[in-house]
Amino acid sequence: MKKYLTSDSLFYIILITIFLIVLPLGNILGFVSNNTISLWGRYFCFAIAALGIDLIWGYTGVLSMCQAFFFCLGGYSIAMHMLLSASGKGVYSAAIPDFMVWNQVDTLPFFWEPFHSFGLSLLLALALPATFAFLFGFFVFRSRIKGVYFAIITQALALAVWLIFLRNETMLGGTNGLTDFKSLLGFELSSPGTKLGLYLIAFLTLCGTFLFCRWLVNSKFGKVLVGILDSESRLSFTAYNVVNYKVAVFVIAAILAAIGGVLYAPQTGIITPGRMDVKASVEMVMWVALGGRGRLKGAIIGALLVNYLYSVCTSLFPESWLYILGILFILTVLFFEKGFWGLIEMLEAKLTGWSSAKGSESLKANI
Amino acid sequence: MLNVKNLNVAFGGVKALDLHDFSVDMNELRVIIGPNGAGKSTFLDILCGKTQADDGEVIFDGNHILGKKEVDIANLGIARKFQKPSIFGSLTVYDNMLLAARMPKGIFKSMFFKMSSEIKDRIYQVARMVRLDIHLSKLAGNLSHGQKQWLEIAIVMLQDPKLLLIDEPAAGMSDEETYRTGELLTDLAKHHCVIVIEHDMSFVEQIANRLVSVLVRGKLLMEGSFAEVRNDQRVIDCYLGRTNTQLE
Repeated sequence: MKKYLTSDSLFYIILITIFLIVLPLGNILGFVSNNTISLWGRYFCFAIAALGIDLIWGYTGVLSMCQAFFFCLGGYSIAMHMLLSASGKGVYSAAIPDFMVWNQVDTLPFFWEPFHSFGLSLLLALALPATFAFLFGFFVFRSRIKGVYFAIITQALALAVWLIFLRNETMLGGTNGLTDFKSLLGFELSSPGTKLGLYLIAFLTLCGTFLFCRWLVNSKFGKVLVGILDSESRLSFTAYNVVNYKVAVFVIAAILAAIGGVLYAPQTGIITPGRMDVKASVEMVMWVALGGRGRLKGAIIGALLVNYLYSVCTSLFPESWLYILGILFILTVLFFEKGFWGLIEMLEAKLTGWSSAKGSESLKANI
Repeated sequence: MLNVKNLNVAFGGVKALDLHDFSVDMNELRVIIGPNGAGKSTFLDILCGKTQADDGEVIFDGNHILGKKEVDIANLGIARKFQKPSIFGSLTVYDNMLLAARMPKGIFKSMFFKMSSEIKDRIYQVARMVRLDIHLSKLAGNLSHGQKQWLEIAIVMLQDPKLLLIDEPAAGMSDEETYRTGELLTDLAKHHCVIVIEHDMSFVEQIANRLVSVLVRGKLLMEGSFAEVRNDQRVIDCYLGRTNTQLE
């Protein structure tokens, strides 16, 4: 007898039923609050970024600690566009964003200019992190920096850019970040319809990026990535240019994080340097570790569950969230190396082993 | 095919290798023996680009290879099997072989790779030669030690190199497996140039069809047929001096 209800198909069924049917319908009918919709919409953005982390860390074994920075590059780009498209409607009715007025700036800094256009903003939102990852990755990987040293260097990078974004002189809103967005492409961000629309776009983008990543890891490219994790030297002696592959997966992970950021900013209504501090990047890696590294579904589930747990726990016991996360992380490292999804796979393997053993027994009885 | 002149390598002031003249011809199987620390593996490390030489000249198939990167050397047609099996443990045996097979290995070529019957046939053919054809769907990490050695030999063969550098292929193998490996290597030497490092003397006797080179403390002590090497007093001395009785 062929088994139809595997954990794989169950994953798709549950995800699509809840997020594509139950929640949106509930929202239209009034059972589900707009707030909940926006919340999950934001979790989808995190899940998209987590897919990238899974590619570079889970599959390739390269621990990048600056993914939150790429996430924010995407978020800031679209936020700049939203601020500019709302110019004149601010408190001071000035042609520049309000925070610049506070800082006694009267002309728009030159690097804000391209963000008047939506298309260009979207392009820059992805091209900036991609270019940055390409250049940084090329020099770092070419110098054969790997393992924990790469993690430290990227963490230092995350700290450096965080400090830069904190400064008012950077003209990106300093500590307060960018906020007070009015509309995107003419849609009022405060209206429930726009919120639901953004939620659906985020979910469909998550599905799209998941399919892309699945295609990627199943291609020969994905096997090379696993090869890098297993034995980098064997790959180079087999005529693969490992540096190129590492740079490629770093760029892909950066773009995925940026896509998440682009969808995040309009749904949240604010983007601050707090989203890209060192802690933010570490947390992103933890989603993947808890969900199950080396498994795309694990990355998605990790990002969704941990963030959901975060919102539940912080409302129930506000002070204890970091302890809960810490305990979960320790438990995962000690007992469930393959994370939550690995645990499910293991249980499923046990169950099928058990039922197939029973099946063969009954078969013998029939004979 | 391979010409080495005045090759020098030192690690922290200690001379690891000092080869004045060494060459291997087309379709030759050369065995290198020597006591521990003689510089055998270092020599192969230099030939495949893993270690950089201090100075000297290595010409392979008309190309200078000193200073070249691993990938470029691999593309010139030199393939290396390491002492400790170096394979992709979390991929299947089949995928290990697929990654090794000779084809364009750029990023986009890999992303849009389509299996051709030619590559598939080649993988099955090599898998049969190393007797892994029934284990193709197994994870490489779950193979026995001897099978891992064979898988790595298969990986090296699938690259269709001109020169194969084989480091202690028989280590950890049963007698029967060792004999099979010997047959495989002698077969390969009909169309390739092969350099084998080995300690097991009966294995050396089986595969050494022309010359055996003896390395001692980084220097070439002598070259000759297996019988000549075995009966040479200097060779016996340097092995016995290290209380190593393998040659007796």
